Formats: sequence, C-alpha cells, structure tokens
Amino acid sequence: MLYREAGQFKTSYAADQQIFPILQDRIGVIAVLVLAFVVVPLVADQYWLGAILTPFLIFSLAALGLNILTGYAGQLSLGTAAFMAVGAFMAYNFQLRIPGMPIIGSFILGGLCAAAVGIVFGLPSLRIKGFYLAVATLACQFFVLWALQRFGWFSNYSSSGVITAQKMVILGYELDSPQAKYLLTLFVVAGLALLAKNLVRSETGRAFMAVRDMDVAAGVIGIPLMQTKLLAFAISSFYCGVAGALFAFCYLGTVEPEAFNLDLSFRVLFMIIIGGVGSILGSFLGAGFITLFPIFLSVVSQTISHATGMEISHAIVSNLELIIFGALIIFFLIVEPHGLARLWQIGKEKLRLWPFPH
Amino acid sequence: MQSQRKIGAPVLVVEGVSLSFGGVKALQDVSFDVRKHEVRAIIGPNGAGKSSMLNVINGVYHPQQGRITFKGETRSDMNSHEAAAMGIARTFQNIALFKGMTVLDNIMTGRNLKMRTNFLQQAIWIGPAKREELEHRRKVEEVIDFLEIQHVRKTPVGRLPYGLQKRVELARALAAEPEVLLLDEPMAGMNMEEKQDMCRFILDVNDQYGTTIALIEHDMGVVMDISDRVVVLDYGRKIADGTPDEVRGDQKVIDAYLGVAH
Amino acid sequence: MELAFFIEVLAGGLLAGVMYSLVALGFVLIYKASGVFNFAQGAMVFFAALTFVSLVERGWNFWLALVVTLAVMVVLGLAIEKVVLRPLVNQAPITLFMATIGLTFVLEGLSQLVWGSQPHGLELGVPDVPIEWLSQKANINISQFDLFASAVAGTLVAVLALFFQKTRIGRALRAVADDHQAALAVGIPLKQIWGIVWAVAGFVALVAGLMWGVRNGIQYALTFVALKALPVLILGGFESIAGAIIGGLIIGASEKLAEVYLGPYVGGGIEGWFAYVIALVFLLFRPQGLFGEKIIERV
Repeated sequence: MLYREAGQFKTSYAADQQIFPILQDRIGVIAVLVLAFVVVPLVADQYWLGAILTPFLIFSLAALGLNILTGYAGQLSLGTAAFMAVGAFMAYNFQLRIPGMPIIGSFILGGLCAAAVGIVFGLPSLRIKGFYLAVATLACQFFVLWALQRFGWFSNYSSSGVITAQKMVILGYELDSPQAKYLLTLFVVAGLALLAKNLVRSETGRAFMAVRDMDVAAGVIGIPLMQTKLLAFAISSFYCGVAGALFAFCYLGTVEPEAFNLDLSFRVLFMIIIGGVGSILGSFLGAGFITLFPIFLSVVSQTISHATGMEISHAIVSNLELIIFGALIIFFLIVEPHGLARLWQIGKEKLRLWPFPH
Repeated sequence: MQSQRKIGAPVLVVEGVSLSFGGVKALQDVSFDVRKHEVRAIIGPNGAGKSSMLNVINGVYHPQQGRITFKGETRSDMNSHEAAAMGIARTFQNIALFKGMTVLDNIMTGRNLKMRTNFLQQAIWIGPAKREELEHRRKVEEVIDFLEIQHVRKTPVGRLPYGLQKRVELARALAAEPEVLLLDEPMAGMNMEEKQDMCRFILDVNDQYGTTIALIEHDMGVVMDISDRVVVLDYGRKIADGTPDEVRGDQKVIDAYLGVAH
Repeated sequence: MELAFFIEVLAGGLLAGVMYSLVALGFVLIYKASGVFNFAQGAMVFFAALTFVSLVERGWNFWLALVVTLAVMVVLGLAIEKVVLRPLVNQAPITLFMATIGLTFVLEGLSQLVWGSQPHGLELGVPDVPIEWLSQKANINISQFDLFASAVAGTLVAVLALFFQKTRIGRALRAVADDHQAALAVGIPLKQIWGIVWAVAGFVALVAGLMWGVRNGIQYALTFVALKALPVLILGGFESIAGAIIGGLIIGASEKLAEVYLGPYVGGGIEGWFAYVIALVFLLFRPQGLFGEKIIERV
C-alpha cells in the first residue's frame, strides 16, 4: 500500500514522459543519490571506497557502454576491454603531452579516441551480424592490445607498456584521497548515466532498438542503418573509453595493456547478461553483482574455514567463482533472460499490489 | 461501398518491371498505374509475385528491367530509404514490428524521418529534443485514437494478439503521414469482425487523409467491396486490370484461380 | 636455402592449421546438428585432455584411460544437452551462444577444481623431432609428430564425412540442423540425436586435446585454442567439415607465413591477431565462408 500510483494522474505527455513518473520512485532515487553523494564519502572507509565502490561505478559505466551497443542496438561486441584500453592510454597521453590540460578534458578526449576506434571496428557491422560480428570485435580486441604494447609512444616508451596515471587537479584541488577519486567517478558516471537514459528513450534509442529487433524493416521505414549502427559503436566506445580512463586514473593508478584483456571483455558481457540487456539499471545491477560476488565468496569461504578448521585454498575459491559465474549465466538465460533488472521490475509490480496477492 | 474521394491522375506508374531471383522469374514485364486517392487491389493466386511487386515499388528489391515513376520522378532503382522519404509507407505480410518495444515506441519509429534533433540534443533532453518528442507524440496519439489502440499503447508489441499487431503495424505506417500506403495482406489471419474493423480503418484512411492505397488481398469479398480498381497477377505476369466487376467476369482470371493448365 | 626455409615455414603452418581444424571440427559437428555455436568447445578440449592425462599419471593403463575419458565426455555431452540446451531450445541463436560462454566458465572451473591447475606434459609415443631423411636430404625440418597429427586428423575427417553423408543417423543429424520442427514432424528423435552429436563432439574434443597436449602441454591456455578456431570457421563456413579442414590449413599457413615474412616489418607478434584480420576480410566479402550456405533474408 505504500507503492501505489493511485491518484497520480498524468495530464500531459510531458508528465508521462518523465524518467520516474511515480512519486515513490522519485523519492527513492533522490534518497539513493543523497546516500551516494553525501553519506558514503563521509562514512565509508578506504577499503570500501577504493576497492569496492569506485570499481563498481567504473564497471557500471563500462557495462552501460556495452549495453548501449549490445543490449539496445543488438550488435554483439567482445572488444569492450580494448575500447577501455584506448580511453585509458589516450587520456594518459593527452595529460602527458599537452601542458595545462584539465583532467576532465583528457577523459573526454580519451573517450573520443575510443569512439573513433569503435567506429572503425564497427564498420564490419554494416555487412555482418550476430556472432560473426563478435568475431570481428575479437579482431579489434587482439589488435588494439598488440598495438598498445608494440608502439612505445602509447606508454611513453616505458618497458612492457606500463603507464602510471598522473595526479588529477581540478580547480586547484588535488584529487588523491579515496573520497576524492570516488566523488569524481560518481560525478562522471551519474552524469553519463543520465545522458544515456535520455538517449535510449529518445528517437536515437528507438532507432537502436529497431535495428536490433529487425534491421531490414528498420531500413525500410527510413531509419539509416549505417549511421545508426556506427553511432551505437561510437557512443558505446566513448562510454567504455571514459570508463577505461577512470579505471587508470581513479582506481588502479598503474595499468598495462594486459589489464584490458579478453577476460575483462567477457566480464563486462557477463555484467550485462546478469544485470539485464537493454536496461540502464541492469548495467548497474550486473556490475554490482560481479564486483561484490567474489568478495562475498571469499568471506563465505573464510567463515567456513574458521568454523570447520579446514583450509579452503584460494585456488578452490577462484575455481568455484568461475563455476558459479558460468552457472549463473546459464541460469539467467534460461529463467530470466532479462536479468536482474527484470526481477527488480517484477519485484516493484508485486510491491504495487502488496499486501494483496493480485 | 466505394470511397467518396475524387480520384485523380496516376501518382505511381509501374512500367515493364521484370524481377528474377537466380533462375526464378518473380515478375515478368508488369505494367500498371495507381491513381491519386484511389484504393488499388493487387490480387492473384499464391506465388503470383504480389509481394515482390510491392517490394519493388518501395525499393526493397531492385528489378532487372523496368522503371517506377512516383510523383513525377522516374527511377529504375529506388532504395527503400528514398522511397520512405518520398512518402511511401507499407506494412508486411509477416508483421515486421519491433518486438522488443512498446506499441507507442513502434509507432513513434514511423515518425523517424520527420525528426530533426541529433543524438547530443536528445541526450541532454531539455530543450529542442523534448519539444520535438512531445510534438511527435501528439501526432502519434492521433493515430492511436484513430485506430482505437489506446488501451495497449504501453504494452510490448510481442505480447499482443495477432490482429492487434497488424493494427499497430498499420499505425506505424500511418504515423509517417504517407502519400501512398502499401498494404501486404492486411487482413490475413483475421476473423470476420477483425476484417470488418480493418476495412473500416482502411476506408477511413483513404477518406480522411486522402491517402492512396495499394493493397494485396486474398479475400475476394473485401477486394470487391473496398477497391476502386484491381490488378491481377499470375505467375509473375499481369493478366487483368480494371474495376472489380470487370475483373470478376474476366475468363483469364477465373482460369488462373481455378488452376487451368497453361 | 630460401626455398627450403619457405617450405619449412609453410609446412609448419599447414600442420599447425591441422591442429586448428581438429578443434574447428567439434564446432562444426555441433553446429551442423543443432544450430548451436558451442563456444565451450575449447573448454571441452581442455577438460578431455586434462582428464586423460590425470588418469594416466595416476598409473592407469593408456587405453583404459582413453576409454574412460571418452565415456566421461559422452556423459558430459548428454548432461550439457539436458541441462543447458533443452531449456533454451526455442531461443535466439545469440542466447544459446551466450549460454555456451557460461558453459565455458563452468567447465574451466570444474576441470581445475577436480584435477588441479598445474600444467601437464603428454607423450603419445611419436616424438616431436624432425623427420630424419627430410632434414638430411633437403634441409627441411618437419616434425614427425606433426605428420602423425595430420594423419589422425585426416582419418577422423574421413570417418566423420562418411558418417554424415552415408549413414541414416548422419542424415537425421543434417535434418535436425536444418529445421528442428520439421525433423520432429518426420519422427526423428531429437533428444537422442543431440545426445549422439554432443558425444561425438566430445570424442573429437578428446582427440584434439591429445594432439594439442603433446604440442603445447596441457594447461589452462588450451581453452584459448577455441578462439583460434573461430577464424577457421569463418573461412570454412560453420557447417562444412571440408571447410573446417581447408579453413584450418589456410589460417595456419597464412599465420606462420605472415609472422615470418611480414612480422619483422611491424615488430613481430602479429600471430595473435592476423588470423582474425583474415577472417574479418572474408566476412566483408564472403560472409558465408568458402563452403557455407548463403543466408537470404526475406521480409
């Protein structure tokens, strides 16, 4: 009875078009935002900020990028990590070589470079689809990593291609505490998420989904297939590129090309499968799940270790992790192909009726 | 019951169109015209090439020979994007709706050629994108009212029954405000009631918006009732062309449908 | 001197290609019969090889270990069909593909959980040394083992091709791959057929695993062999056994030749992505591969 729409009538199309048309949703979202922006930085400790929340936000952004391409526009991509790598390395280079470059500017330029790479490797999508396209994106993944390692310019000629992110200074304030890095990441991710939400509800989003659902028909009713597909690649790669830059600057601090390997691409794909393809919320839920689950597993195994006195080796835990991830993917695909986001929606619908059963 | 619209000069002219797929000749030297504001039926036994003819008209297939003249412009190879931009909209035999989207979103895609804002404006939303979206939403709601599908506007299209899906497809085509509407078996799979509703909608479209309509249809009763003129195809060739009464009495047409040996 | 070297590189490439083909064969089998692109094939290769070598190292007799591993693969195949594929039977191909990605992870984790994660070497009785008379007479080094592997692959391909073309079950498999519903309508027992297919694929995975195991040792990296099979499939078409072989040969040869002759100009290491670029080019001009079937989309 708390979660009721009764009495909330929409008297204009504008009102109907809001992102959160139900009042209770708006209250909930504002609460979450206050929690994220104000409460967390004051309360959370270094470990939580640096090792859990910041990477969660970064991966949410990468998942968002992949969701735009694969979930909304239907173009399967296994090259997510490569785009992140481009974003990270190019942001580093812009900071390095252009004196006085503001850090946000480097992030944006890094993202734009990733977008350019995305357009180039998205060109095959004009002729090929489905998992053939996935293979083409694999070409991108392997080639980009090779190029970053092979051509020393990208890493300023350091050995083995390692780069160390520079200090970030905004308006004279140096951002080196976990709180500062967390807030910067949060700010960027929240902003880009809002833009993405607006985008997928607009004509561009509809064009993406039309191409995903039946591209022949989309072309026939006038949607320009080439521009739409390439735009999807560009926007998606931009998001992944910015995520990569944040990954280097606000999380790890030091990265090498190998950190952006195929494994990472698969990880992000899993995030959107579990979280929900074609859903902005799903990107966050999936990223949260995949970030938190290993920690949960190791806590559980340590508890069992202490309780029973048996040593559970790290290898066993990490193999269990693989098995459970794989099983969860299969489980979600069978039971709820739309992932956690759909489960969330179903939960809300049940809540609408509560305490009545139907 | 014929429409009361005044029928004008030919707006779409098909001349000598021939289309083959490998060795299969789908269309051979077909010529006919469609006059402004009329309802033109294309009929014929299965495999006669009717859908292929529609696909040629709106640029999905390119004929090996022949040309199409639309609104004065003659082309031998229209592409579907240009056809849509010039004012031809269509529905498909096997419902080409976007199953992952709601009814409202599907119909909104019909407006895509009229939308001008770019993706950056849409990402920001406040300002020109919002204005444009609401303006087109208003237009689309008119179409939704017209076809009486208000109650399902937020339902994902994949969940709707077949008859409603066909209506949504018609709505999407109408949303583009086309000059010529191509309907590929709009009543296939419908029961008597649904067919009557669909006939009413088609005639209303022709009446109220003045849209020229070319439709493929198997139900003879419907064809006789609502069309102004009829083209009959058989094995890719045109075998008759005239008013419903003329065509009904034509021996060649009767033979084609009864399957007399050629 | 130059020519001898070229022949050596070419032969090495072709023989490496044969190894790719072995893995690609498993893919083709499953795709041909169930329309599923089994990304987990590489993990199956790894699991099969690891099981076999672990049994042998525990003192089991070679042939007994072989038979038992084969039985395990068959059971695994049947389990996969029942637990993963059957619930997803009417879904889009992309969903099935993603399910096999999940399956990959399950198999990788399971393999290492059960057998541990140290690398293993493998001996099959044919040494990996150059053929005597070739290296002495013509100064060309071609490994005895490579030749043995090609012979094995050749035999396997011949047997499979015969199986698909000439036997009743083979015909049923092709029918199922084409159209599940139609196959059901004529009375083909779908589940049994799929069981058979996955069992055969498991057997092929075992053979591939053994060959690769001798060459590179049995270790986690073996699962990535599956990724190399993808360009092979694109070249050869997903449904063609002949295509898997020829595609493998082409990819293997071009990779090695490119590495040796083009590599120095760009700093080497291009073997990692060259195959994919070839596949990409193919996709742009002939998406169905050399032997695949063209898909026409009708509206």
